Amino acid sequence: MTKEAVLARYPPAPEVLLALLHELQGMNPGQYLLPEDLELAARHLGLPLSRVRDAVTFYSMFSLRPRGRHVVRLCASPHCHVAGAWSALDELRRVLGVEVGETTADGLFTLELTSCLGACGVAPVMMIDDEVVGNLTPAKVAAAVARYREGR
Amino acid sequence: MRRIQVLVCSGTACQSSGGERVKKALLEATAARDLLPEVQFVETGCMGPCELGPVVLVYPEGTFYVRVRPEDAAEIVEEHFLKGRPLKRLLWAGAAPQPQEIPFFARQKKVVLANCGVIDPERIEEYIALGGYEALGRALTGMTPAEVIAQVQRSGLRGRGGAGFPTGKKWELVRAGGPPPRFVVCNADEGDPGAFMDRAILEGDPHAVLEGMAIAAYAVGAAQGFVYVRAEYPLAIRRLEVALAQARKLGLLGPRIFDTDFSFDVEIRIGAGAFVCGEETALIASIEGRRGEPRPRPPYPATCGLWGRPTLINNVETFANVRHILLGGPEAFASLGTEKSKGTKVFALAGNVRNTGLVEVPMGITLRELVFDIGGGVPEGREFKAVQIGGPSGGCLPASLLDVPVDYDSLTQHGAIMGSGGLIVLDSSTCMVNMARFFLEFTADESCGKCVPCRVGTQMMLGILDRIVKGEGSPEDLLRLEEIGAMMKAASLCGLGQTAPNPVLSTLRYFRDEYEAHIARRSCPAGVCPNLVRYVVVPEACRSCDACRRACPTGAAQGEPRKGPYRIVDELCIRCGACFDACPFGAVRKLPREEAR
Repeated sequence: MTKEAVLARYPPAPEVLLALLHELQGMNPGQYLLPEDLELAARHLGLPLSRVRDAVTFYSMFSLRPRGRHVVRLCASPHCHVAGAWSALDELRRVLGVEVGETTADGLFTLELTSCLGACGVAPVMMIDDEVVGNLTPAKVAAAVARYREGR
Repeated sequence: MRRIQVLVCSGTACQSSGGERVKKALLEATAARDLLPEVQFVETGCMGPCELGPVVLVYPEGTFYVRVRPEDAAEIVEEHFLKGRPLKRLLWAGAAPQPQEIPFFARQKKVVLANCGVIDPERIEEYIALGGYEALGRALTGMTPAEVIAQVQRSGLRGRGGAGFPTGKKWELVRAGGPPPRFVVCNADEGDPGAFMDRAILEGDPHAVLEGMAIAAYAVGAAQGFVYVRAEYPLAIRRLEVALAQARKLGLLGPRIFDTDFSFDVEIRIGAGAFVCGEETALIASIEGRRGEPRPRPPYPATCGLWGRPTLINNVETFANVRHILLGGPEAFASLGTEKSKGTKVFALAGNVRNTGLVEVPMGITLRELVFDIGGGVPEGREFKAVQIGGPSGGCLPASLLDVPVDYDSLTQHGAIMGSGGLIVLDSSTCMVNMARFFLEFTADESCGKCVPCRVGTQMMLGILDRIVKGEGSPEDLLRLEEIGAMMKAASLCGLGQTAPNPVLSTLRYFRDEYEAHIARRSCPAGVCPNLVRYVVVPEACRSCDACRRACPTGAAQGEPRKGPYRIVDELCIRCGACFDACPFGAVRKLPREEAR
């Protein structure tokens, strides 16, 4: 589907901005928003570009930089921290070879930290795209990353 | 009805530990023995004990299996389904096979969670079979909006999102808040670290929330509702979408519900990763498609909410309570709980406790019952130290307050809050200063930056705590923390900033000696803060394998292979922890550093 076709499904009302941005971001290979996406959204909704940028930079799930095909989000909330998220983070850094906020050279993974994922019963927890992986140990981290490397 | 019902938990936690693969394996094993016509499989929402997942409940006898792996499937089918002998090795740590005999379940009182883990959340028929949408029907066909509000008021229900505002009173304010259109909003932007009950309710019983919203809409005179849910909860979003479509199809949402003049529909709005959007005015801004920044109140959303219209905002758990008030009557609802806190509350038990997961208890139960009777206490060899209630807005209560009843007012009185119900158990290995610092780092990070007290206050407090955990604190720092904290509570624009100092203030109140040890003796009593510990080798455990010496970057770990225990020279040690991580025998220990100023 083209971006114009996506736009056509949204009424020109400012309230749909976040949903529209989510969808536009998901259409780009790097899961990020291009400058022209912001312009498209602004024009379609009749908003100043500054207002769109304002929202994009406020919410942590929107990115203005390209990200990997899979986004790995490790929960850095106090509870996962107590449960040992730091050793999971060390392992993620090791198997991915990147620091937090960076993307692997092959463009496959971006490593991010997130606030609580609401799965504290199986802390420490991370999400790879929409999948929740819990009770993390270094071995589980490595296995989950390997699974995505092989295309699940 | 088939001979055997197999309930497989498909909540997020159990899915993350392989619940779906278990279900698939069970199905295949059942098919292999030609038992499919006799066995019914149901995917349910959260059953509670998340850490033991994936969990499977087998009826008619109600055998509760924990930590089931796909490899167990064939044996379960062979032994249990075929020969009627429940598999002992998969029962909960030698506990009784039936949930009602396991202490974790026996002490609970499930009202809101009654359907969670029982019905298939993606089949509206199962919800209806257990009395679903009956309360809405009664309200629409037999009660005036004023009567509905009166019942909710009589029940004593208070908001489950944290502040505990009387729900019926709020409904009345919205109804009187101005002419229509009015709106109903469900706050599903659960984000408090340690809280996951709203997610479990949405995943396990989404119709209960929709029905509560519809009843509220009838009561306040709204035709449009919104559920604002976090983007981090994809499963909850999917189940809500399924539930909405099914309810619309049966005419339980949409135009002229139950052939009355009442019409109501719900839209889902998805967040984009901003904790502050759980605050009601920020949430409104976000639904309108703007930056999720709060604004001063008054005017309250009851008079000036979405697009400036009267708007009712309640939390997921609050809405899920509503149908029970109309079905059982407000008196029955109010018979549970304490004088000022009625009904039950769902808590998310986590941290250093044997049984983690989701529990629902009557208000007024003591912390001791929650942590020890239901939670099973702290794991062996550790000592209970404190319980952190209410996440980054809440506080830590010490062992001496274990007999405090859990209700809105008692908790507030002791410096914690009910909050959304996150409850983290901390044992003796936790450093309270480090813990408080961590919560503050969270709120500093999530502060939207609009008002100065929160934006600057959180940074100042964090800076002081950073110094303290590094051993660079001064005695005046504690007074500064209290001063800034009091200022933030008084002057911040929204709940985030007003409550952000609570973890620090409550630990200062109950664990001041730990702060003082960090400052006066440069020692972390729990042996956590890296700069304030010393590493020692326990001679009896050391096998002189040389791993620590090879890992040590400064030559502080000394010894020779196979020539007796190693030692760590404190003067050379930079406290990097490399030896601690390297030791395969656990012989390197972290102890509080003893150093007088």
